[in-house]
Amino acid sequence: MPRTLIQCKRFVADTTAVLRLDQVRKSYEVGRPAEVEVLHGINLQLNRGEFVALMGPSGSGKSTLLNIIGLLDRPTSGTLFINGQETDRLNDAELTKLRSRSIGFVFQQSLLLSAFTAIENVMMPMLVGRRFPDAAMRERAHALLAEMGLADWEDNLANNMSGGQQQRVAIARALAMNPSIVLADEPTGNLDSASADTVFALMRKANIDNGTTFLIVTHNTGLAERCDRIVEVVDGRLVLTQHPVLART
Amino acid sequence: MKRWTPFEWIAAIRFLREGRTQTLFIVGGIALGVAVIVFMSALLASLQTNFIKRLLASQPHIQIIPPSEIARPLRVGVAGVVQAPIVQKPTQRLRSIDQWQSIVLQLARRADITNVTPTVSAAALAVRGDATRSISMTGIDPDVYFHIVRIPDYMVLGHPTLTSEQIIIGTELASDLGVTVGDKLNVTATNLMARSLTVSGIFDLGNKGANARSTFVALRTAQSLANLSGGVTTIDITVADIYAAEVIAQTIAASTRMEADSWIKSNAQLFSAVSTQAMSFTTIEVFVGLSVAFGIASVLSVSVIQRSQDIGILRAMGASQQQMLRVFLLQGGLLGVVGAIVGSAVGGGGLKMFHTLVRTADGSEIFPLVLQPSIFVAAIALAAVTGVTAAALPAFNAAHLDPVQAIRG
Repeated sequence: MPRTLIQCKRFVADTTAVLRLDQVRKSYEVGRPAEVEVLHGINLQLNRGEFVALMGPSGSGKSTLLNIIGLLDRPTSGTLFINGQETDRLNDAELTKLRSRSIGFVFQQSLLLSAFTAIENVMMPMLVGRRFPDAAMRERAHALLAEMGLADWEDNLANNMSGGQQQRVAIARALAMNPSIVLADEPTGNLDSASADTVFALMRKANIDNGTTFLIVTHNTGLAERCDRIVEVVDGRLVLTQHPVLART
Repeated sequence: MKRWTPFEWIAAIRFLREGRTQTLFIVGGIALGVAVIVFMSALLASLQTNFIKRLLASQPHIQIIPPSEIARPLRVGVAGVVQAPIVQKPTQRLRSIDQWQSIVLQLARRADITNVTPTVSAAALAVRGDATRSISMTGIDPDVYFHIVRIPDYMVLGHPTLTSEQIIIGTELASDLGVTVGDKLNVTATNLMARSLTVSGIFDLGNKGANARSTFVALRTAQSLANLSGGVTTIDITVADIYAAEVIAQTIAASTRMEADSWIKSNAQLFSAVSTQAMSFTTIEVFVGLSVAFGIASVLSVSVIQRSQDIGILRAMGASQQQMLRVFLLQGGLLGVVGAIVGSAVGGGGLKMFHTLVRTADGSEIFPLVLQPSIFVAAIALAAVTGVTAAALPAFNAAHLDPVQAIRG
């Protein structure tokens, strides 16, 4: 993927906030003497169409932050807005609905459902959400797998595919519901460099084609530099929000 | 994967299919348990049906007899005078039921009663040559009485016809007196009235004592011998629900002021033995059912742990807690139903094979095979409910799994 094109894209991204965190804190063992705060008042905004890398050393709070953004975990205090909707007062069912509609996940290990074929894995979020006619569901899953270069693999069980292929299926699955934001937790961490490049390029293409916002946790500085922005978390604090070009200088 | 098939069904079936070895083992376990339950239920039903059929072959469901005669002191107590009467129990003479015709009409109108017939029961002596045997003589109206006690089904010789000059006797009595169909024998009542009657038929009730004592004559013949012209000593009844006989007998006794004895009361010890047998079978079935339930619960608990990552992924994809709960409840229900279908087939087939292979010395069946469809329907329904109930805790755990922890593995 040519870097110039991506950087151009950075500037055409609109300023509509897909995600906003205001003073988000997260503590464990709340109310006990051993209470530990792992996130100390995070403020962050991601706009529509942004492609952002989230970096930081192990144990800095990246995964906790990603889980909170993904509505899989709740902050101890602070406010999280998804597409302008405040999430603090939503109950579990409402959070599940919002997650299903607005957020896609790509994990370090592809984490496909081994009992299902590739196309069924991609169809699963649509099936769970019950909002698509059967034919449309299959058609969309087929189109997404074709985009990922896996048209010929759609009827294969996940276990019969390589790590790179599985990760591409996971990206297709994350995009199935056409979410506003995709959260990727070290999506290339377990892949060789060629596969990592392919996976990264596919995510970037989805970002450019659909305007989907991506937040990617990575330790790979090379890949991070190819993002629109780098957000760094150290000891539970957001210490740096910078453009890769500026970061290099 | 069709949209009309809900996500829960698809996920439940796929999860069971993927862990097919585990699924096969638990289905086998459930099938074995259900097979035992079906086999025992059907065996018990067959044995009970046979037992009650044999028991009621020679007796009515309810018998009405006149109330026992009692003696009471005639002197009326006077204030200030202490009395010490000695009241001796009177002997019970043979008496007719008062107003028996109206009682028969009244009972015949009841929906829970299927047959009513008046009879005369009296002791007598059957004499032929030097041989004398005491007998129980029952005077009957064969047209109705044979619907109550199915003597024609037990005839081994002759015909179940009864004119005023005929008598039907059991095989033991025929043997003791050396008579056969067409022979005559003298019947002398306790009041010394005697008649010479022709043996029209010989029956075998399958009970030596009954075959030696029971005899049947026409109602008028018995009335004449017992010196009860126009009277009857008992009213015999059959009811639609044999297990309600005691309750019906009590209502009859209350409305007619007569004594009404049901077959349950008359055979209290035997009935108690049948009830005890049924209770032991039920206890065994409950424990088998419990072991099936624990089997399902343990397999699904392991499955929840094995599938925790899948549960986490599905939750991240938007599956609600209720959806995850239903996925595992469905698995429990499906395991129960499939196991029950296989178990019903094995249990039913096993009993049929047992019935075919195990025979009496003469090759006849030990008991009539009763395979009621309701046993299978009940077994399948019970297994489904057991499966869903057993899956409740694992399903709850699956639904409340923290997706973050689950994804992490």
